Amino acid sequence: MKISPSLRADFLTYLTGYGLAIVLTGISFAFVFYRLLAPEAVFAVILFLALIQIIVHLRCFLHISLKQSSRSDLQLILFSALIIALMVCGTLIVVLDQKARMM
Amino acid sequence: MAGVSQPELRHVGLNLTDEPREVREQVESDVFGFWVFLMSDAVMFACLFAVYATVRHATAGGPTAAQEFKFHSAFWETALLLTSSFAYGMVSISMKHTRGRLWIAVFMVLTFCLGAGFLKMETHDFITMFHDGATPERSGFFSCVFVLVGMHGFHVFSGMMWMIVMGLQLAIYGPDQRTKINLIRLGLFWHFLDVIWVVIFTVVYLQGLIR
Amino acid sequence: MTFWHILLGRLTWTSIAFVRTWRDPTISGIIGGGAAAVAVGGAVVVLALLTYLRAWRYLWTEWMTSLDHKKIGIMYMVVAGVMLTRALIEAVVMRTQQAIAINNQGIVAPAHFAELFTTHGTIMIFFVGMPLLIGLMNYVMPLQIGARDVAFPYMNSISLWLTIGGGIMLMASLVIGKFSTGGWSGYPPYTELAFNGGVGPDYWIWSVSLSSLGALMTGINFAVTVYKLRAPGMTWMRLPLFTWTTLCTSILMIFAVPPLTIATLLLAADRYLGMHFFTNDLGGNMMNFVNLFWLFGHPEVYILILPPFGVYSEVVSAYSSKELYGYTSLVIATMAIAILSFTVWLHHFFTMGQSAPINAFFGIATMLIGIPTGVKIYDWIWTMFWGEVRLNTAMLFSIGFMVTFVIGGMSGIILATPPVDYMVHNTLFLIAHFHNMLIPGMLFGVIAGYYYWFPKAFGFRLSETWGRRAFYCWFFGFYLAFMPLYVMGLGGVARRSQELFDPALRPWTLIAEFGALLLLTGLACIFIQLYVSIRERHSTRVPVGDPWDARGLEWSMSAPPPEYNFATIPQVSRRDAFYWRKKYDGAYQPADHYRDIELPKNSMCGILVGMGLTACFFGFVWHIWWLAFLGFAIALGTAITRSFMRDVKRIIPAEEVAAHDRRWLDRAAAARPISRHLELTPENEGLAKWQG
Repeated sequence: MKISPSLRADFLTYLTGYGLAIVLTGISFAFVFYRLLAPEAVFAVILFLALIQIIVHLRCFLHISLKQSSRSDLQLILFSALIIALMVCGTLIVVLDQKARMM
Repeated sequence: MAGVSQPELRHVGLNLTDEPREVREQVESDVFGFWVFLMSDAVMFACLFAVYATVRHATAGGPTAAQEFKFHSAFWETALLLTSSFAYGMVSISMKHTRGRLWIAVFMVLTFCLGAGFLKMETHDFITMFHDGATPERSGFFSCVFVLVGMHGFHVFSGMMWMIVMGLQLAIYGPDQRTKINLIRLGLFWHFLDVIWVVIFTVVYLQGLIR
Repeated sequence: MTFWHILLGRLTWTSIAFVRTWRDPTISGIIGGGAAAVAVGGAVVVLALLTYLRAWRYLWTEWMTSLDHKKIGIMYMVVAGVMLTRALIEAVVMRTQQAIAINNQGIVAPAHFAELFTTHGTIMIFFVGMPLLIGLMNYVMPLQIGARDVAFPYMNSISLWLTIGGGIMLMASLVIGKFSTGGWSGYPPYTELAFNGGVGPDYWIWSVSLSSLGALMTGINFAVTVYKLRAPGMTWMRLPLFTWTTLCTSILMIFAVPPLTIATLLLAADRYLGMHFFTNDLGGNMMNFVNLFWLFGHPEVYILILPPFGVYSEVVSAYSSKELYGYTSLVIATMAIAILSFTVWLHHFFTMGQSAPINAFFGIATMLIGIPTGVKIYDWIWTMFWGEVRLNTAMLFSIGFMVTFVIGGMSGIILATPPVDYMVHNTLFLIAHFHNMLIPGMLFGVIAGYYYWFPKAFGFRLSETWGRRAFYCWFFGFYLAFMPLYVMGLGGVARRSQELFDPALRPWTLIAEFGALLLLTGLACIFIQLYVSIRERHSTRVPVGDPWDARGLEWSMSAPPPEYNFATIPQVSRRDAFYWRKKYDGAYQPADHYRDIELPKNSMCGILVGMGLTACFFGFVWHIWWLAFLGFAIALGTAITRSFMRDVKRIIPAEEVAAHDRRWLDRAAAARPISRHLELTPENEGLAKWQG
């Protein structure tokens, strides 16, 4: 069976994504398991790692890039991210504030 | 502007350069429509995550996250799901480079089995939690854990059912255009579930286990 | 578990409205029984009439199974019309109650009154506002962008039947069981099991779920259509304004419906599975529901308002015979409103107890929305300026809207100030405010659009006389019904009051009652207008298709349009494409050559999925688990079966397309072009004289 260059490139993309995902997951778990930092700092680190991993997934598995050809998908994702940020941050600020004032 | 004039041919899994313009446009809008659905689904999960963050300490005197979450099973569940995503990537590659039905089928079965393994572990976790009295009726916190994680699990289950349907369609029609489009969508769905899981293991499991 | 319990779940004799009326023959009970009788009677009469006319086959093959966006749009409007009639009658009953019940019980009991304001709100938002607009967008948007259909015609049919299913559930709640008494927003903990064990909140949860599922699918469908199916050359800044607002509304539906789905789902989890999301005990937090509900609820307001803004833009431009003033600013304003609508949801619960700075932030964000809205009002006014304005029904509604909406906007700015909101929240002032936005902002727009596009859809114009009568009733009815509510609200009268206690309020309640009756008369005028117009259709036909000398692509084909919309997909070179074609004699020209056209075949899958899920949800309401399972199996089975079908398209041969086009062109060549001041006369055959 002949392996064409484009097949090899596609395969490498997935392999890279898989490798990076495993590594990033491993680091996250290690940070929690070995208590490498103070609890708040650990949480900040694993949130950051999760963000990176999401980008890896989008890039390598879902094939979103800055190329013109996937621009409308990228726009859609960025817009969704904006809305999600508004909703989640807003909810946290509002409900946690209400909670704090009830204590 | 992006849109009508330049159909997008980037999808791993489909070689469309030789197809007529209408077909390409059809494929493009079909796949884009699915993206839109996924984003809407993402907002749904985002709302659940927001609710989760607000009830994180609402254990009402019952079991807590640190007592109930299992570090190792969370790790292996993640590994299973990531590997299944990689396996589905191989389905897409087999389809794009026309490696025939056999390879598509082999990798799809592999994906399915890994997904099933994930669900089995998750169910096992849930059952253990039930035995410990950490049921959804016990506290607002566990209501949210079960609904949030369960919602993801339900998506995984739906994805697996979808794989069975697609397997049948492959057997009957082979990789024709409709099947291919749906396999691409299924791929997006499956990889998307990974993204959600990344947030779940970070925000739910790991956060709950930070000491 | 007895046999009957398994078969019928919670359903018993006393669930039936007539039995309840028999046992409790008070005025309130009789009103409830009467409403149930009207629902059953109406259904029986319609079914009998269809059987008598032998219309079933026609209805099934031409309408119910159709995937044509135009027919689906019309069906949406019909359903919305039925629901509007019910909800408006409920409004009149409520106003009558408040007019009578000053220091006495009036005509409806407290629980019945609560049911009335709940169904009124739920219906008006989910089963009148949204279907009316979705219907209009369904019909018009593909025609405006030069598409043959929406991106997913089969999904369009599912959306329709889900919406109809929700409507059926609301109608069923009149006869079987009772609807929720928790208001259209269904706040827990009142709607939790502990306080509301009956089927009411369940009816609310599942009917709203059906509607929101349908709306979500519609949003995806329309957004993809506008994104991907525009005719060649139809770039973003050449889109008609109505299409722009359709796009923005679709985006709002895609992103705003999920929070509602989550809110209702979690409430259902509390009620069905004993969870503790919004309960009083064990860590529940009802503020989460309120927060989620308004994360949806505020964008929802703009889902309802934006498409009519698009209608006004089209109508004002067409009936002023001028290019839309400030097109770019209108587009930017529309987008700005769409985005800002996600940043203001908290103004619906200023009084829930969060810190003052948070309230201040959301108050300011709310006031900011006034800016793009103001831009729009100015643009419409400048469009009319020095134009050849024809004050027909649609224009009257548009101008009535502009005046009234500005007043409503002012009261909105007042409410957006948190300290003031603390004074008037939960009073009739709020009720007056949002009716002041939604009646002109939504309903007037729909009526204007209905008048404007009706000749395109059916090939004949609507009666002007009855249209004007309708306008006067709606316009003055609105002021009479709601201005007193501002006064009463400022005086501190709480909303949703079944009984009032200050005799000094009586004049105001009587004026409001009269206004409500006038509004009902306005609706009657709309129906009479339809009847009269059908009867007089021979003298108002506009087969050539451009009765208003309008500017968009939707006017460039015959009226009614062929099922494939465009014989050949148009090439667009600038904004207001049809106007410029008329100018340079490019309109009414045969194509160089015609091609075969592929259209989706009719399918009964949409109705099966929709009705299957409706049965499933009905089973949930009554705990009839076999029905729930069966309904779900039907819906899922249909969806899977459909995915195996390959033969879902049909071909319309090029000769047939060419023949139809030729007939239309001959008709156009034979017609006499008329100038604009004659457009309401029988001379108007739908061909406009070029006047620049």
